[in-house]
Amino acid sequence: MATQKRRAAIVGLYEWPKRKDPDVSAMQIKAQSIKRALDDAGLDWKDVDAVYDAGDGEGAGLANIVQYLGLRPNVIDTTQVGGSSYEFHAAHAVRAIEEGKANVAVLSYGSKAATQRIPIGTGGGRAGGSWSTNMEAPYGMTLIANYAMVANRHMAQYGTTSAQLAEVSVATRHHAMRNPQAVQALNDLGVVGVNDITVDDVLSSRMIADPLHLLECCLVTDGGGAVIIASPEVVARTKKKPVWILGTGEAMSYVTNDGDITTSAAAQSAPTAFGQAGVTANEMDIAMIYDSFSITVAVMLEDLGFCKKGEVGSFLEGGRVRFDNPGGPALNTDGGGLSSNHPGMRGIFLLMEAARQLRGESTSQVPDAKLAVAHGNGGFLGSLHSGGTVVMAAD
Amino acid sequence: MPDRPMPVFPELDTQAYWEATKENKLLYQQCNVCNSVVFTPRAHCTNCGSNDLKTLESKGEGTVYTYSVVRQNRQPAFAEMGAYSIAYIDLDEGFRMLSSVVGVGDPTKDIKVGMRVKVDFEEQDSSEYKVPVFRPA
Ligand SMILES: [Zn+2]
Repeated sequence: MATQKRRAAIVGLYEWPKRKDPDVSAMQIKAQSIKRALDDAGLDWKDVDAVYDAGDGEGAGLANIVQYLGLRPNVIDTTQVGGSSYEFHAAHAVRAIEEGKANVAVLSYGSKAATQRIPIGTGGGRAGGSWSTNMEAPYGMTLIANYAMVANRHMAQYGTTSAQLAEVSVATRHHAMRNPQAVQALNDLGVVGVNDITVDDVLSSRMIADPLHLLECCLVTDGGGAVIIASPEVVARTKKKPVWILGTGEAMSYVTNDGDITTSAAAQSAPTAFGQAGVTANEMDIAMIYDSFSITVAVMLEDLGFCKKGEVGSFLEGGRVRFDNPGGPALNTDGGGLSSNHPGMRGIFLLMEAARQLRGESTSQVPDAKLAVAHGNGGFLGSLHSGGTVVMAAD
Repeated sequence: MPDRPMPVFPELDTQAYWEATKENKLLYQQCNVCNSVVFTPRAHCTNCGSNDLKTLESKGEGTVYTYSVVRQNRQPAFAEMGAYSIAYIDLDEGFRMLSSVVGVGDPTKDIKVGMRVKVDFEEQDSSEYKVPVFRPA
């Protein structure tokens, strides 16, 4: 940390504790989470001078959140790139703070995907009407099938197996079983078998879209939360240990006539983020990677630089990414989208759990964790998707 | 006959492509300036930005780049189809398109990455447009 510039830090966070919560609205989740994240930081409602919003909750247009909160921020950013919106927001907040336009930035999320029974993975394809959907509508490409096409290509190109991909689900469930909120989530959502799972359990679960099994697919939950990012001047008066943002990267990727579908937007965003941070993937104690599906994590471990392209299968074997494996990195130590929290856009939870680890507050704490990477993914991995990388350090 | 969800018009980039399916033609574009192959249909070249494109007819022969078999889709039109495939097909002329591989015994077992396929134009119950799908060559 000594060599890096102290640009901005995560100083407060709050994760909505319930994953099935009929008695609260998405907007209420956002507002109450912001208040509690400010409390976590020791900051006040009126300290907020920058609001970042992905248009979730009710009334997405015209930065409706600002009116709902009753704030008058100087910086308003409504970037919406799906699940990685919050990594993009963090990147933009750091820039606004560095530029002197803001001191206390809030990111928030609220969703009722479980209560509203939104079929996130199996509801598609999308209806026609645009230049892109007119070419997709007749084929019934569900979100899961889109990711599954990446998995099948990865398997054909590199010999990756379902058993190797299942290691992602196994490690993540292990972390979830140590997180009381995740255990409650699994129970509240009616998941069968709230316990540790094996590779065989994953492989014998129902096939949803070949080659992805049920236990390789994330949950659909209610939930949300908030993250506060502050300037170095504000950090001096916050309560908790700050978590410094060292580097950020943003990218979009999409299917092309001769492109490699097994390479994601992370291959562009990660070098930018690590380059700015002056560190490499192999120095990371913690890897918070968007686990919509097992294959999402696999591809991104490669693209972030934890292993070479095509080698993630053997990299994952033997519980490599469990929090207590010294070979590391510790993956999705909160239980991930696979086994704890996925209301549709999980990116904000990646920032939160990375920050908890670097504060020493995780339920699957890596001793003396110093460096973490959060990589969010949004959209369709096999076609149009976003990638946002945030590299963080303990104080 | 199948009754897939269909494209919605007017839509200026894709209308000509779909009109051609009525005559069993699979169209793609090539840039007259830099010779790049352009797909899906657009009014500009994605390599150089030129609007000078020509429209060509594909032979409809290619290989399966990747695929999946959908076992569960909550959209009614697909819920009734049973397990069906989606696939990216690499056409021999150099473009990649989303489609489906049909005409195999069991889509969960009989489709492979790299297999050769040929286009077929699937008639629809409630649309005059046909849907380009692929069968084993
Ligand atoms: Zn051109």
